[in-house]
Amino acid sequence: MAVTGLMLICFLLMHMFGNLKVFIGPEAYNHYAEWLQRDILYPLLPHGWFIWIFRAVMLAALVLHIYCAAKVWAASIRGRGSSQGLKYTRVNRPERTLSSKLMRWGGITLGALLLFHLLMFTTKSITFGVFDAESTPYDMFRASFDPQLWYIFVIYLVFMVAVCFHVRHGFYSAFTTLGANVSPAARGVLNALAYFVATLIFVGFILPPAASVLGLLEAI
Amino acid sequence: MRITLRVWRQADRNSPGGLKTYQLTDVDSSMSFLEMLDLLNEELTARDEEPVAFDNDCREGICGMCGIVINGAPHGRYNSPVATTTCQLHMRSFHDGDVIDIEPWKAGAFPVIKDLVVDRSAFDRIIQAGGYISVNTGAAPEAHSTPAPKRQADQAFDNATCIGCGACVAACPNGAGMLFTAAKITHLARLPQGQPERLRRVKAMVAAHDEAGFGGCTNIGECAAVCPKSIPLASIGQLNRDLIHSLFTGEGK
Repeated sequence: MAVTGLMLICFLLMHMFGNLKVFIGPEAYNHYAEWLQRDILYPLLPHGWFIWIFRAVMLAALVLHIYCAAKVWAASIRGRGSSQGLKYTRVNRPERTLSSKLMRWGGITLGALLLFHLLMFTTKSITFGVFDAESTPYDMFRASFDPQLWYIFVIYLVFMVAVCFHVRHGFYSAFTTLGANVSPAARGVLNALAYFVATLIFVGFILPPAASVLGLLEAI
Repeated sequence: MRITLRVWRQADRNSPGGLKTYQLTDVDSSMSFLEMLDLLNEELTARDEEPVAFDNDCREGICGMCGIVINGAPHGRYNSPVATTTCQLHMRSFHDGDVIDIEPWKAGAFPVIKDLVVDRSAFDRIIQAGGYISVNTGAAPEAHSTPAPKRQADQAFDNATCIGCGACVAACPNGAGMLFTAAKITHLARLPQGQPERLRRVKAMVAAHDEAGFGGCTNIGECAAVCPKSIPLASIGQLNRDLIHSLFTGEGK
């Protein structure tokens, strides 16, 4: 779970960095998107092969991540004794962070929104009628994050908040599971890094759509 | 002091339980929490009611028998200024007129026997799986023949202070016994005598932990926060490192 989680975080950081290319301009962004689709590792691999290998690895990581999460969730239900009806009438758990509370239901929310995201921008099955299969990636992005379609931005915002919370506990927890929590000071460092990475991912992903919705991209 | 207690009453493992309210009017602030329960039981006995069953033995905080969830925290940990067991919590940590909720440990692996008494033999099964060292009997070897570095010996001792009370399991949102298992593993992993069986031990004890019906650790940290012996969360880090290391060896396969 820790290893697959860290793989997915690495992917998010790359994806975020790529998205920021919209600030350079439509040509740079479209060119980058085409390179992603066709040219990575060419001529080592034929055109368009890398993307499919990459997708297969990401899908495998995601499936393994969900499988592990389901096992841990089932163990928790058994461990807490929920199935035997055990429940405290009063609980006092000051150590527990909001992000750790939201890992499971937040993770499901995240998964659903990820599916929506892929259906919209990868398969182009849900387009809200504002772009079609022929649109360039930049046009697709601008048409979706238009002030008229504020609700798409709101869905995206919820998506990113869910990602941010999931990464906050996940990053710290992954390194702890891998044995990096050697002292209270190390725990402090891991938690600080987790806040940093979660914030970075949130800010990096929300900047391009926010700029588009607020009309700040016209100048570029 | 006047204290209102809401105590979990459960006749046996299979009966449903619930909170029952009792009033105590003459509680002395220098009483320990268990002495306050003794007072309650005297009153209940005098009234011909069933006294509240609770575990206790040394009342010095070193045996691990006592353990009650007080106001939502094992051992009333957040009512006490120091890390302590229920028996070393005193009524001076409460105020006149307080309402105190008292519940047993509630975890899948710790079935309730009666009222506040739970069956913690799941911990014994973890110890039986590897919480020991195997040595041939005979004359005790000369102590200096096996040097133990001071810092490692201190870490081993800090972890060996675990009294197996089960507060870590009671506090865990997953009902995991990971801090207990980690304390036992770290105790032996930091000493020369624990080395020969170290990797086989971690594998066997973690397997026994899961087998016993405990949940999985998600690194939240409630366990270390309520531990009366201040076993650090870093011990779980030691367990994780040893477990990962054991995956790359033939030990226990």
